[in-house]
Amino acid sequence: MTAPLLELRDVKTHFPVRKGLLFDRQVGLVKAVDGVTLEVPAGEILGVVGESGCGKSTLARTILQLVKPSEGQILYNGRDVTALKREQLRRFRPRLQMIFQDPYSSLNPRMTVLDAIAEPMLAHGLARRGEVRQRVEALMEQVGLSPKHLYKYPHEFSGGQRQRLAIARALGLEPELLIADEPVSALDVSVQAQILNLLTRLCRERNLTLIFIAHDLGVVRYLADRIAVMYLGHIVELGEGERIFTNPLHPYTRALLSAIPVPDPEKEHARRRILLGGEPPSPMNPPRGCAFHPRCPHATAACAGEVPPLDEHRESHRAACIRVEDLPPFTPGV
Amino acid sequence: MPLLEVANLSTHFHTRRGVVRAVDGIGYTLGEGETLGIVGESGSGKSVSVYSLLGLIQCPPGRIASGSAVFQGRDLLEMGEKDKRRVRGKAISIIFQDPMTALNPYMKIGRQLVEPLRLHLDLDRRAARRRALESLASVGIQDGERCMEAYPHQFSGGMRQRVMIAMALSTRPALLIADEPTTALDVTVQAQILELIKALQQEIGMAMLLITHDLGVIANTCERVAVMYAGRIMESAAVSSLFHEPRHPYTRALMASLPAAQPKGSALYTIPGMPPDLAGDLPACPFAPRCEFAVERCRTEPMTLKPVAPNHETACLRVQEEGL
Amino acid sequence: MRDSIFNRLRIDTFVTLLTDGDTGIPDVTAQSSLWRDAWRRLARNRAAVTGLGILCVLGIVALATPWIAPHGYDDQDILMGATPPSGEHWFGTDQLGRDLFTRVLYGGRISLMVGLAATAVSLVVGVLYGTIAGFSGGRVDSAMMRIVDILYALPFTIFVIILMVFVGRNIVLLFVAIGAVEWLTMARIVRGQVMSLRQKEFIEACYVLGLRRRRIILRHLIPNALGPIIVYTTLTIPNVMLLEAFLSFLGLGVQAPMSSWGVLINEGVETMEEYPWLLIFPSIALSVTLFALNFLGDGLRDALDPRVSED
Repeated sequence: MTAPLLELRDVKTHFPVRKGLLFDRQVGLVKAVDGVTLEVPAGEILGVVGESGCGKSTLARTILQLVKPSEGQILYNGRDVTALKREQLRRFRPRLQMIFQDPYSSLNPRMTVLDAIAEPMLAHGLARRGEVRQRVEALMEQVGLSPKHLYKYPHEFSGGQRQRLAIARALGLEPELLIADEPVSALDVSVQAQILNLLTRLCRERNLTLIFIAHDLGVVRYLADRIAVMYLGHIVELGEGERIFTNPLHPYTRALLSAIPVPDPEKEHARRRILLGGEPPSPMNPPRGCAFHPRCPHATAACAGEVPPLDEHRESHRAACIRVEDLPPFTPGV
Repeated sequence: MPLLEVANLSTHFHTRRGVVRAVDGIGYTLGEGETLGIVGESGSGKSVSVYSLLGLIQCPPGRIASGSAVFQGRDLLEMGEKDKRRVRGKAISIIFQDPMTALNPYMKIGRQLVEPLRLHLDLDRRAARRRALESLASVGIQDGERCMEAYPHQFSGGMRQRVMIAMALSTRPALLIADEPTTALDVTVQAQILELIKALQQEIGMAMLLITHDLGVIANTCERVAVMYAGRIMESAAVSSLFHEPRHPYTRALMASLPAAQPKGSALYTIPGMPPDLAGDLPACPFAPRCEFAVERCRTEPMTLKPVAPNHETACLRVQEEGL
Repeated sequence: MRDSIFNRLRIDTFVTLLTDGDTGIPDVTAQSSLWRDAWRRLARNRAAVTGLGILCVLGIVALATPWIAPHGYDDQDILMGATPPSGEHWFGTDQLGRDLFTRVLYGGRISLMVGLAATAVSLVVGVLYGTIAGFSGGRVDSAMMRIVDILYALPFTIFVIILMVFVGRNIVLLFVAIGAVEWLTMARIVRGQVMSLRQKEFIEACYVLGLRRRRIILRHLIPNALGPIIVYTTLTIPNVMLLEAFLSFLGLGVQAPMSSWGVLINEGVETMEEYPWLLIFPSIALSVTLFALNFLGDGLRDALDPRVSED
């Protein structure tokens, strides 16, 4: 088996909470990502789902080295990127690119499309000054924008078009891995579909590896080869896409699946819904043991003991729950 | 007599680029205790159509160009500011997408809850406080005393939305307007809030206008639904009829582009083109330029909602005639 | 000598701040389209163009004053004393019989020089300091901003007197003293702007795209913080001109018989009832300059924001 393109080994990203003006002291620790181990083979589309505050965005930012992990290793092609010096890291950056959630704030409002897309290519010597304009035009065509918009500013575009611009800007650096952090959640349904089509097409054409972060399970189901479900800084379930949907092992995944409203009134009224009590606890003060146990309908006293390991319970299907074998069989919501 | 009857409502915004017809001649009725969903993409006018009823459209640039909205026998659009304010606080309540914008960050929850009660229901301080605690309990906040002493920022998004609902329902309104009440929330919390709203609606027996872009939420909560596009209602039907037999090409396209509806790997259905610029001249049917079934007459003949099946009205000319 | 300081300071500032012409930075497209577009938009703004025109005329007049002034600024005619405006003395004369028109011209040289130079100092120092503090964040930021707080707390007069004791009377001191005070507010404004911009996704995107920090600061952070910077700059210039008058009153700065608008206005106020023209003409000169500056400032701010619609 070849080495995975990206490998995370027990990555933890903790943020100290400080108080005080000049002589501040640490008053707490937000454990945004708390021990994530993950392998992403080249060419895969991995979906990461979870609710707000589960650490999925921090995980993306940690992989991209926008925040330094407090512990653990991030191996890219077998090389630990957390050890890179600033200039080394800068030169490494083109390989890993990101699409941000909010197309309205991910582009500099005072830069024309041409400048915005050309700037990173020129900064990394991937295009010469004389040919950059042509390259930008070609990129715009690839993402479905007319090159006649070259001298426009971001505010002159709709949300979907801006997301295309952001994709074009990332593609200009010819990345191997693309991380998309909720790239369609700010868009309307019909525009969402266009962007998702574009992303899947580009992944196929360029053999890109994609980590797709979302809170919308429908989107992830459509797109992802494998899915990781996160809760409070941990991956609680990891497996092939359809397996997660047809036979979720972790009680949290089950609750999450049953909570999505289905656009079909009969199914919607007929299905049994697992209503969770309360809300996710604060990552500053996570519960002991399994982070989900205070809300879990199947929790026992043992769940408060140790953090459950992400074990392989079924073939290529892992879950971090000690009670997987004791749970009732999952009846799909409908 | 229906609780609310909106007819021929048009709201225009006068901007430098021209007149934007955000809402262009829409009408619907809402019976006592009924739930109507208004679904549409951003810019379809779904929020403006409802804010117009309450006088929440800033004027200028906004102006209600025509129409009537008869609520409990009185036209909301003809009412004076003072009457409108009274109706707004008491008989009609509203909850917004982002509770943080609707709550005053510098005021304790308690005071924000109690004051409208004293104002609109003429309760004395103690009675108002008791009522506020009751309504907090009804939205699942048991620890009401402590909650009333807290400031909005001390709560999570879901809790804030609960507080907003408690506030909106404390006057026992006849009509609740919910503008994307769960869009900012996580799915598990969204499920809680939707259940809560439905339960309280049953209990109080109020009607609800639910504005959302999420067809799933509509299917979960509503009895009837109106689909808006470019300021018009394209289709209006009972929920089951709309979801099982969407007639209008726009409704169909909208449903077809949901990712969950499609097998993995296939290209998602997309609607060609982009939503129209409402400041420009639109064809008679604003969806015609993007519609695969459009014929020349779609651009010229005026658009009207006509019944095509029991409990099902559509504005599509071609569906009305031959049923695509 | 004064003129050379005036020119050098002004040119340096405009070069570093307006054209991003630092030679170490590779310029993406031959010329930044933001500035080119801004210039195009500015040219279409009538008020801004008028303001720019007035300022240019004032600048030329200030440079040419020694040749065009009808009298010497210290030519006295005590016997004549204060006379109202006439064909010989357009703005009238003061109590010592000096031609007010000439004195306003010479005063304008000082006022404009002080206004531009001291503002330029505050602009450069304040923007750099504020950007570095806001960009670094954390403890560097806390320490830098505490220094600003401490300097804020120093009483200005005492500060000036201490400076006088150590350096003596000197026109350069004027800039140092005024610049040293005015940059503080600028630094705070810029730091606040940078702090909020730093949270924006497009700055995060710059890191992901592997841009150098210097480039992020110069091409992404500062251009987006320009609005408030420009507004505050146009507010600083009149402030500085009035501060100069105060310093001159203390005996620092302009020495009689040389004068400045601020000094002329101060003197004019004292004799407002007997000789109103001594107040009116210098005030008009100052007001016209400030109006022009404000028009230009507003125009620049709008021109630099592509989101402001062009019609």
